[in-house]
Amino acid sequence: MNKTKYEAIDETVMKKTLSNGLQVYLIPKQEVTKSYAVFMTDYGSVHRSFIPIGEEDEVTVPDGIAHFLEHKLFEKEDRDVFSDFLKQGASPNAYTSFTKTAYLFSTTKSVEENVEVLLDFVQDPYFSDESVEKEKGIIEQEIKMYDDQADWQAFMGTIRNMFHHHPVHIDIAGTVDSIQDITKEDLYTCYHTFYHPENMTLCVIGAFDEASMMEMIEANQQEKSFPTFTNVEKHFPEEPIEVKEKDSIIELPVSIPKVTVGIKEAAYTLSKEEFLRRDVYQDLLLDYLFSASGQFYEELYSEGLIDDSFEYSTNVEKSFSFSLISSNTREPEKLKERLFEQLLRINTISMTEEELETIKKKYIGQLLRSMNSLEFIANQYVYYHFADLDFYELTAYVQEITLDEIHEFMQQWVNEEQLTVCTVKSS
Amino acid sequence: MNLSEKRLDKDGINYHFIPTKKFKTVNIVMKSKSRLDKETITKRALLPYVLEQGTKRYPSEKELMIKLDELYGAVLTLSSMKKGNEHILHYQLEVANERFIENETTIMEEALQLFYEIIFEPNRTETGFNSQIVTREKATLQSKIEAIYDDKVSFANQRLIDNMCENEIYSIHTNGYTEDLSTIDGENLSTYYDSVLASDDMDLYVVGDIDVQSMSQQVTNVFQRPTYEVDETETSEEIQKRDTSQEIVETQSIQQAKLHFGYRTNCTYKDDDYSALQVFNGLYGGFPNSKLFINVREKHSLAYYAASRIESHKGLMFVFSGIESTDYEQAKRIINEQFNLMQAGDFTEQEVEETKELIISELKETMDSAYGIVELMYQQVVGQKALSPEQFIENISQVTKADVVAIAQKVELDTIYLLTSDHGGEMNE
Repeated sequence: MNKTKYEAIDETVMKKTLSNGLQVYLIPKQEVTKSYAVFMTDYGSVHRSFIPIGEEDEVTVPDGIAHFLEHKLFEKEDRDVFSDFLKQGASPNAYTSFTKTAYLFSTTKSVEENVEVLLDFVQDPYFSDESVEKEKGIIEQEIKMYDDQADWQAFMGTIRNMFHHHPVHIDIAGTVDSIQDITKEDLYTCYHTFYHPENMTLCVIGAFDEASMMEMIEANQQEKSFPTFTNVEKHFPEEPIEVKEKDSIIELPVSIPKVTVGIKEAAYTLSKEEFLRRDVYQDLLLDYLFSASGQFYEELYSEGLIDDSFEYSTNVEKSFSFSLISSNTREPEKLKERLFEQLLRINTISMTEEELETIKKKYIGQLLRSMNSLEFIANQYVYYHFADLDFYELTAYVQEITLDEIHEFMQQWVNEEQLTVCTVKSS
Repeated sequence: MNLSEKRLDKDGINYHFIPTKKFKTVNIVMKSKSRLDKETITKRALLPYVLEQGTKRYPSEKELMIKLDELYGAVLTLSSMKKGNEHILHYQLEVANERFIENETTIMEEALQLFYEIIFEPNRTETGFNSQIVTREKATLQSKIEAIYDDKVSFANQRLIDNMCENEIYSIHTNGYTEDLSTIDGENLSTYYDSVLASDDMDLYVVGDIDVQSMSQQVTNVFQRPTYEVDETETSEEIQKRDTSQEIVETQSIQQAKLHFGYRTNCTYKDDDYSALQVFNGLYGGFPNSKLFINVREKHSLAYYAASRIESHKGLMFVFSGIESTDYEQAKRIINEQFNLMQAGDFTEQEVEETKELIISELKETMDSAYGIVELMYQQVVGQKALSPEQFIENISQVTKADVVAIAQKVELDTIYLLTSDHGGEMNE
């Protein structure tokens, strides 16, 4: 077991790659009552075309299958795994994103027993025709719930505007139609291809004894056998850098229009250096351009173009990167123009040393703040691990960024062809 | 349970210090409480937005935000909420603990000073708050009032309460009313804020890796309430119960129908059977192995979510579910059936024990978040009953199946509310 101590933030991480390929991270924190575990596979809604394990030809599976699979893993032949956790005082959950599927729980007791349940249920699928049919009704209602959520519709609408071919433009849960085609055979195909221990990471954080925990995990894994892993080719269709649609409108019954501007930054495989640079620099720059402590925000706010729903975020993954800026507004056209202008002048701005120090300080303060959450640490740790990076080294990385480096990045970050806008409003 | 609360009442503020090594930040929270009142609610809802626009020393939002950035991205949250028949203004400043940042020793002092200014020295003159700011923030609040329409689950919940508690204080909308907004200006808002500072009940919490002794010294040096008077008048109200439950159906152009139930629990935080009510709610719809989840979702595939939650200070329970509009009758029947089975005691001792464990576990988890700790501690202030987390856990562990049946029989269905799609069906209005 490899132990890394991060002095500056007073945290320790135990790391080990097991013989079956599973990557394990243990982050002991004795001062908390709670423990949290996340078991994640590097597989999400974008992985729709692939060569299944042990086969030669590429297949394309129905949209929404990664999410469907996540639902179905909880159901076993004789029981629902939810109750196994609940009986041991743990609250389980799961989520599917564009690129990951995660199974997790939090608990204040029996941490080892619950970790064992987590490993066992994820590694022992049971799908039947009947239970697959039954789930379709539930997921249909989940999709319809999202159909009524203006924020989600704006988010997906903007992504659809950006990408021509990359499957990130497809809704994570699929559509009411696409999920009808899912069969138990499809589920097994995806499961065996993407749930191999080589493709997965377990992270446990909280109040537990790390030596005994690691021993239990290793013993548990040694009892199971898996086929030889063949690296799954995760390739995506060629994607141009320019957006697909410059502009779109979605009609929904809302009281006030919502504008979302998207920056399509990349649609190719990012090296780990570029991943990290985009992840951090884009975050810093969005804050620099749009923060409530800035001139631009003050102007928009006093002109009544935005309200407190104004927000911005960057999303970097191994095969794509985009940033979003959104707000409710009574003047969608005007707001869009102002946001475009602000973004397009970025390569003419010269940031000062003081400004860079301020945004770095803020970034670090907020990172420390988010480290109050076990869930956040564990999920981020695994997220960065899949990109071959170390979450706990972020603060040090940020501190070292120079003015020249950030200026160089500002020069090439945004061009007009990479911008799009999606407006949600009532008809 | 490793959570201690040190209390101190001084000059009209109740201080609560909660030292814990769990966090890398310190949270300072002020809770300012007054009776929920239709006359003042819109002003109270507007105040957080106006106060966020600056203090005397940092007289614009931008200057205030720059100060927060300098404090290592300190986060200021101003909001308001209702709890039972009370309205609470919530001020919160979360700041990095200087212990974790090299060569920093004044962050806490500066943060406390800033927090004091935000509450007691806002940006205003003799003639009140700046009228331009007030006009701007009235527009913000106006959007907020309208925005409930955009979130169909919240909208359905509000419509349920509008109908269920029509002539009761609890039905007052947390965000206030459009028609009252027009009468507010910088001057009368400022006059009202004076009365908040003078007569609201104030509780201040400091949570983090702190030394209580020196922190209480530091805080009481900064915080002094200039004038205050304690309002002892208690207003009581008649609860408007109905003899038989009512059903309300409304329509909108939506994809999924929202089905909500409102019950009277006849039990609040103060009552001895409150812990039994918690267990009842957990078993009925509080967790993903509850009766509602299993029957509405797992057995019949009617919904993605089907859950219940209780309102602790007024004595209400709500059930929420999102369904296909054509499944209304079936979903309603199943929810009512499950409720009747709870009243009839059709569940096992084992299920009661598991639910108790889950509630206790959930409570312990809540205490791993600073916000959770403050909310938990403040429950006791609003509920007017000292109930430490230890005692709460003890009470839960004492609950028996008979207690759960007894409380289930006290709970009464009041209103069923359905928000459904306006295309097709005989339910069009």
